[in-house]
Amino acid sequence: MTKLISRLLVLGALAALPFGAFGQDNTIKVGVIAAFSGPFAAYGEQIEAGMKAYMKQHGDTVAGKKVELITRDTKGPAPEVAKRLAQELITRDHVQFLSGFGLTPNALAVAPLVSEAKVPMVISNAATSIITTKSPYITRVSMTIPQIAEPLAQWALKNGIRQVYTAVADYGPGIDAETQFTKTFKAGGGEIVGSVRTPLQNPDFSAAIQRIKDAKPQAVFVFLPAGEQGIAFMKGFNERGLAAAGIKLIATGDITDDHVLQAMGDPTLGMITAFHYSSSHKSPENEAFLKAYEAANGSKVGDPNFMAAAGYDSMHVIYEVAKKLNGKIDGDAAMAAIKGMKWMSPRGPVEIDPQTRDIDQTVYIRKVEKVNGRLANVEFDKIENVKDPGK
Amino acid sequence: MIGNVVGVLFDGIAYGALLFIIAVGLSVTLGLMNFVNLAHGAFAMVGGYVCVVLMSNAGVPFLATLPVAFVVAAIVGLVLERTLYRWLYEASPLDQVLFSIGLVYMSIAGATYVFGSTQQPVSLPSYLRGQVHVLGLDLGVYRLFLIVVVALLTLALQVLLVRTRFGSQVRASVDNATAAAGLGINVSRVFALTFALGSGLAGLGGGLGIDVLGLDPTFPLKYMVYFLLVVAVGGSGTIKGPLVAALILGVFDVAGKYYVPQIGGFIIYALMVALLIAFPAGLYGRRT
Repeated sequence: MTKLISRLLVLGALAALPFGAFGQDNTIKVGVIAAFSGPFAAYGEQIEAGMKAYMKQHGDTVAGKKVELITRDTKGPAPEVAKRLAQELITRDHVQFLSGFGLTPNALAVAPLVSEAKVPMVISNAATSIITTKSPYITRVSMTIPQIAEPLAQWALKNGIRQVYTAVADYGPGIDAETQFTKTFKAGGGEIVGSVRTPLQNPDFSAAIQRIKDAKPQAVFVFLPAGEQGIAFMKGFNERGLAAAGIKLIATGDITDDHVLQAMGDPTLGMITAFHYSSSHKSPENEAFLKAYEAANGSKVGDPNFMAAAGYDSMHVIYEVAKKLNGKIDGDAAMAAIKGMKWMSPRGPVEIDPQTRDIDQTVYIRKVEKVNGRLANVEFDKIENVKDPGK
Repeated sequence: MIGNVVGVLFDGIAYGALLFIIAVGLSVTLGLMNFVNLAHGAFAMVGGYVCVVLMSNAGVPFLATLPVAFVVAAIVGLVLERTLYRWLYEASPLDQVLFSIGLVYMSIAGATYVFGSTQQPVSLPSYLRGQVHVLGLDLGVYRLFLIVVVALLTLALQVLLVRTRFGSQVRASVDNATAAAGLGINVSRVFALTFALGSGLAGLGGGLGIDVLGLDPTFPLKYMVYFLLVVAVGGSGTIKGPLVAALILGVFDVAGKYYVPQIGGFIIYALMVALLIAFPAGLYGRRT
């Protein structure tokens, strides 16, 4: 009797096999794990909108297969949730790629799973250096915070800035930014005249800004989460006359995020930031991206920012791998195809570093200006081929 | 150095004024009516969005949007009080907490659906921006404005609640609803109006606060701790309590962040603990 049952089971398993394989034959499934609701909802929306823009422009079939996005909502920084969602996507939906990942904790939680399942994971945002070291199946098309802070410090030194005050939000990315900026700036002969870390929930910057004003540095380096914190700091900075006192404000570009820049308003004018992508970047690739973004998403998701551009590039990587492997996605072959991949992104020339699987790219120095009545991060200087200095 | 101290004091008072403005509505609903209304921030958010929409879509001047924010939030409060809140006056505080926190999440989802998850643009008219120079000090114009608004608001509320007939009815209804009803007071109507007043004040606070606090759908949750802090430390039942609490917290917070920035973010909470140990019912709390 038990023999019969086990035989039936084997038969059943055999019967099920071809169907599973058949399902995989016609589609390439991409699991997109990100926050689509809660305070980080804009992350997921932007990444998905960028992916859709790529599919609008290049069609939704590649190497004879239909590409299908399966989005899953982590609702915010929730490692356990991200891990469970990844598990479901891998075992139940049989996705060939995982992508998305706006936040570092979520990306880190999924790393062991993709190592085990050999599913390539294309990170569209999470910006902590170590992520790509956690699994050989992880690649990243966005950036790391040190990768932006280092060239900014070099640019400041080159432009005669010697004394800087640092002001960062007191959390992981803020401390990463402060550490890298301080290291590069001091190594180049600059002096950090003071530093302040502000609490992550901080509605009032008056005390920190007054301290900076009293210290009279040549410039202040700022890293704050985009949104109301950046706005509050800028308003305080202008209101207290720091700009009038000749103090420059330099920051990494997420503070003048293209997606929220219009809402931040005129206080941002003149702000100098370093970043890898600006939606006002002048190139045919970027124009094509902006057009596809508009066509694919309409106006509901708002202005595209660096996360949308990274979503777009994530799809580029996935399409290129599919083409190279003729639609038969295998984890190891896919990673081999990704290493050293070069292309013209909407942001400029980029390459996936064969050693670290992180992205090497140009970092631009930009200034907020009014272009045709709208605020824009206008690029005026650049540092080419910047690798992540965190590794 | 003296200039520094005065400057810090001014910034601290201004910050305290801001805390009071966003919390004063709660000191009415929670403080006077004893309803644990965690959804206070949702009403403040209503006021904030009213201001933003009127300013950027209809071109209404900032100061003119404030009364509208008050009225709209008050009406929303009145409607919700009549339909939902009044069933929970007799419920346990835990039920009230669960109910109002549910309302908070609904308001977040609603605001995200209507306005999107992004920050809203807030730009003040030029006469409220920048600094003025008084006796060698640089004082922020908007901060001065907030301090003046708080002074007027406190005076008006104090008169309304202590000197008017309506104020007496409110206090009577809260203290003993049965006896008040027996004396011919329409308790249900008094509660409805008081709740509308609290919601309206929340809306006004939202409108006044958005320039400093920003405005996005998570507003009600993000600043909940600050609302509760002020009312808990100040004590329920008065307007004076939350005002004094807000000013103390504001001054110590700014001074702490200025003089000892390493622990600056911590001071406001340490102070809260210390004050609550010394005054368990709040600074001006009623012993019930």
